Amino acid sequence: MPPSRPSTLIAELSYQCPLHCPYCSNPLEIGDARYRDELASDDWVRVFEQARALGVLQLALTGGEPMLRRDLPALCAAARDAGLYSSLITAGTLFSDERARALRDAGLDHVQISIQSPDPQENDRIAGNRSFASKIDAARLTRELGFPLTINCVLHRQNLDRIEEILELALTLDAQRLELANTQYYGWAAVNQDALMPTAEQLQRGEEAVQRFRERVGPRVDVLWVLPDLHEDLPKPCMGGWGRTAIVVGPSGDALPCQAATTIPGLELPNVREHSLEWIWTESDAFARFRGTDWMQEPCRSCPLGRQEVDWGGCRCQALRLTGDAAATDPVCRLSPHHDRVVAAREPARTDEFVYRAIRRPARV
Amino acid sequence: MTRPRLVTGARLRYDEVRAEHQMLVPEGVVRLNATAAEVLELCDGERSLDEIVSALSERYGGGDLRGDVVGLVEGLAQRGLVVDAAV
Repeated sequence: MPPSRPSTLIAELSYQCPLHCPYCSNPLEIGDARYRDELASDDWVRVFEQARALGVLQLALTGGEPMLRRDLPALCAAARDAGLYSSLITAGTLFSDERARALRDAGLDHVQISIQSPDPQENDRIAGNRSFASKIDAARLTRELGFPLTINCVLHRQNLDRIEEILELALTLDAQRLELANTQYYGWAAVNQDALMPTAEQLQRGEEAVQRFRERVGPRVDVLWVLPDLHEDLPKPCMGGWGRTAIVVGPSGDALPCQAATTIPGLELPNVREHSLEWIWTESDAFARFRGTDWMQEPCRSCPLGRQEVDWGGCRCQALRLTGDAAATDPVCRLSPHHDRVVAAREPARTDEFVYRAIRRPARV
Repeated sequence: MTRPRLVTGARLRYDEVRAEHQMLVPEGVVRLNATAAEVLELCDGERSLDEIVSALSERYGGGDLRGDVVGLVEGLAQRGLVVDAAV
């Protein structure tokens, strides 16, 4: 069966970032020399054109902090020329008036700004740097310049009780979308699980607050609420299915089916410097490895719930982390023989102290 | 709904790769048939809903398209993808 067309390209332009969020999805090895050898502008332009020819519609310009790329306006212009809808995923601290106007003039379509908490001090403590005020300025500027605005906030034990304030802040800032993503435990978040894991009651209250807000405000603010996998009994279709809808390209050109796929041993990552995106999508072993349903083991292979093409086996990186086998059923599934490990991981956090994301690998891993 | 317009950031286009009309929005896509694309192209925040209906009815030989147009516009408005420029 030939692969479906991808719809999303996630371009991680740089792993450099002024923030130190303890749940960052970037790899723990962000300081390695291979990640500092960033792609040239021409490489990205070629990748954008190849992505569109493959069928990609949406381009996420992310990182790290994508604003650290000085050629960002040129990349936005290339995205527009290629016919991609471009979103900038930024912490907002470098989103000055002059640079924001240059991005708008170049054809950037949409701006997404992260906040760590609606409380300034707490935001700055979680981010590991003083950034709240500049984030709010960036969000206001985004709207002044006519961009659609998304606010995103990664939720965990230390900010979930402020969910109503987060919702109100999004409304005040005239955000069109609010992404409330409960922490997923990969990368730096796995290191910080002891400080981040919420209680079931916090999640319950959070969901109720979101529901009340939706009823009150209506479609003016589109609120996405994503429960953490570990609190569910059936897996999510991670990345919409392996090699099915999305391509991630890292700063140095490695192409991955998901941001965390670098953790899977023996997965040889094709690089856009050596291969076309079409070859990577249709021919590479990395994208074919867990595509479709042929690779599945039991209990997925004879799934009694008929969910093979609903959740596509769930998350490979989570299966690896909790069972030691990347091809196992995602243990979030209640039918997995390892589901008890997921239940055990729901133990709420015991510490407030973070291991901050840093270019140097933390000693505790 | 008085004067419908597409939500901020929406872009209409024809996708050559998939051979279909689309409305691209932040982090999403709405696939459109050719008629829906024609309706949305008229949703510029200037024309009233009545003006959009008569422009299309004229284009299609006088048939009453009101039900179809209103259904499409209201459906997208409920999803936040079309908004009223008059509000």
